[in-house]
Amino acid sequence: MFSLESITNSIQTWLNNTFNPTIALLFECVIVGVLVISLFAVLGLVLVLMERKVSAYMQIRLGPNRVGPGGSLQTVADTLKLVVKEGLTPDGADKFLFNLAPFLVIIISMLVLAPIPFAKNFQILDINIGVLYVSAVSSVSVIGILMAGWASNNKYSLLGAMRSGAQIVSYELSAGLAVLSIVVLTGSLQLSDIIASQQNGWWIFKGHIPVIISFVIFIIAVTAETNRAPFDLAEAESELTAGFHTEYSGMKFALFFLAEYVNIFIVCSIGAILFLGGWMPLHIGNWNGFNHVMDYIPSSVWFIGKVFFLIFVIMWFRWTFPRLRIDQLLNLEWKYLLPISMLNLLLTTLITIMGWHF
Amino acid sequence: MYRETQIIKHAQKASSNGGNLEEAGDLVINVGPQHPSTHGVLHLVITLHGETIKNVEPHLGYIHRSIEKMCESLSYRQFIYVTSRMDYLSSHINNHGCAMCVEKGLQVEIPPRAKVIRVLMDELTRLASHQLWWGAMAMDVGALTPFFHAFREREMINDIMEETCGARLTMNYMVPGGVMYDIHPNFQKRVKEFIEEFKKKIDEYDELVTGNIIFQNRMKGVGYLTKEDAISYGCTGPTARGSGVSCDIRKLYPYEVYDQVQFNEIIETDGDCFARYLVRMQEMRQSLSMVEQLIDNIPEGDFQAKTKAVLKLPKGEFYSKIETARGEFGVYIVSEGGTTPYRIKFRSPGFSNLSALNHMAKGYKIGDLVAIMGTLDLVIPDIDR
Repeated sequence: MFSLESITNSIQTWLNNTFNPTIALLFECVIVGVLVISLFAVLGLVLVLMERKVSAYMQIRLGPNRVGPGGSLQTVADTLKLVVKEGLTPDGADKFLFNLAPFLVIIISMLVLAPIPFAKNFQILDINIGVLYVSAVSSVSVIGILMAGWASNNKYSLLGAMRSGAQIVSYELSAGLAVLSIVVLTGSLQLSDIIASQQNGWWIFKGHIPVIISFVIFIIAVTAETNRAPFDLAEAESELTAGFHTEYSGMKFALFFLAEYVNIFIVCSIGAILFLGGWMPLHIGNWNGFNHVMDYIPSSVWFIGKVFFLIFVIMWFRWTFPRLRIDQLLNLEWKYLLPISMLNLLLTTLITIMGWHF
Repeated sequence: MYRETQIIKHAQKASSNGGNLEEAGDLVINVGPQHPSTHGVLHLVITLHGETIKNVEPHLGYIHRSIEKMCESLSYRQFIYVTSRMDYLSSHINNHGCAMCVEKGLQVEIPPRAKVIRVLMDELTRLASHQLWWGAMAMDVGALTPFFHAFREREMINDIMEETCGARLTMNYMVPGGVMYDIHPNFQKRVKEFIEEFKKKIDEYDELVTGNIIFQNRMKGVGYLTKEDAISYGCTGPTARGSGVSCDIRKLYPYEVYDQVQFNEIIETDGDCFARYLVRMQEMRQSLSMVEQLIDNIPEGDFQAKTKAVLKLPKGEFYSKIETARGEFGVYIVSEGGTTPYRIKFRSPGFSNLSALNHMAKGYKIGDLVAIMGTLDLVIPDIDR
């Protein structure tokens, strides 16, 4: 039903038939690049608007409601404003690193999009070490943030960047271990394999308590990794004004802002793929009628639905909780989350070996 | 301004030279005068070692309007209006303190109706001020939503005030001899509606913020102020009561009808940020109960005593003190017998409370500094005047 596979296949066949293989591959790369960049823009616009609407709902406000129907074009207007704004480079800043940092951050977010299956058989590259690739590449983004903080020649930025470095490096560990428990259960690092293994039930349902624990740890850790409240210490506005991007303006600031939202999308899609079955529809045991109805919903809708549910949860955190202090943040990771996720991994391994999961 | 820039330059030079002001590796940061968490134009020069605070030096004067000097050229009726601009969140109480001091000099006994109205207005103001503090406090520690919830309830009080006083922030309702107008016919009804509504909402406040584990971790064991320090720094109000100092003017030196209403002086003995937070939260409940006791018992009669058109205080010195939402507010008037005060001095609670900041923040993290400033409930125009 509504498979995107036929479209991609027909495009590839047409390209291969029309041009020689090298040029066809080149065209494919260009098409993918354009798609990724437009996905970026669309995601930025949609998620910023969503955040503003969600926060408005929680704060008894209306949110943006002037530009476009229901305020839907507000972020477009904001982006236009940011594009025409002057991108200042402060005096005394390391100009090269200062200008490089936002591009580094955004390129890394783009790279992580590669192995993510947006629908059935619809992904850029099905790498056989997909999970490893995602965790490896996404941890590079901290370099961009450190670079921004260091090059800004601003003490607030420096403090924010150092906080961010400590935080992302720490929380990588428990996020990685939480992901590993699914890898252990599946026996594969390939994202398509992981989704295929959830054919008869999502891991969060059939993996018993250890998977639920690792899901919770994963959500906490990725909230910290993406610098979102209650772990937004890198840009804690009441302490550090804006943290590492204090000195950025115009489009360079917008790139950081965009990268933050795309990172949220990425981590939520990883969460959805690993724990909630990716594009797999919801199937309940032997309810064949129900399962058939669920199958009629396109796989891309399932995927986007799950991802946006997780994004909503992360936004919900932001607008509910106060911010942690830096020492409490690191204590939480090193004293609680890391030991728990290690034990949890052992438990998952035991369950897998004994075959106790469904 | 010149002096401050010199200080900053000196500090930076000393830190780069490894001089004696700071050790090498320390970071001197200017927080403010434009900074989201200073709630106004307060300028803090903080010395950091990593994330740990070594020294906090508040610099004042960015919003100094020389109110005390201005008051000296205004008549005894006029100067009260200027005091609304000091602690703008408890402008009623400032006006009340000044009116009380003038009445003391004139030896006017104000009618019972005015007394009750004044206390009602004071307590409503205290509620509004504490609501705003609660929202700003939560915002300081990173939770943005409570701010809007607090403003929703504060809006109800503002509406009540607007109806009776004609203003929402700088009310100028208290005049020597009583209050300026009688209360609006809707006043009692709307206050009762507010009480009903806010009783539910204050429980919601506790659910949303007080019980939150992150919030408690941020507040507990942070910014200790011992009882002795609180007294020696001259702290008053909820800041001192959080350290176990009994200093509620309403209880110790009752004015108006405070000796006739039932309320408790809230004292917490922990002395940390959470204790100060709890004091203010419980004070809201106490104020609510005071309003509830008085709203049906407003005596009939005049709302203003008969006073002369031009007030003249006899030669002498007059002092009166009052409990604002932030602590003890003192008014000291020296009169030469003319129509304007010879000298006037305000003892504002914020100034003394701020002086304890360095003592409280030393050794804690930057995030804690923000939390400590939040629990001090600073209003910068009150400090600078």
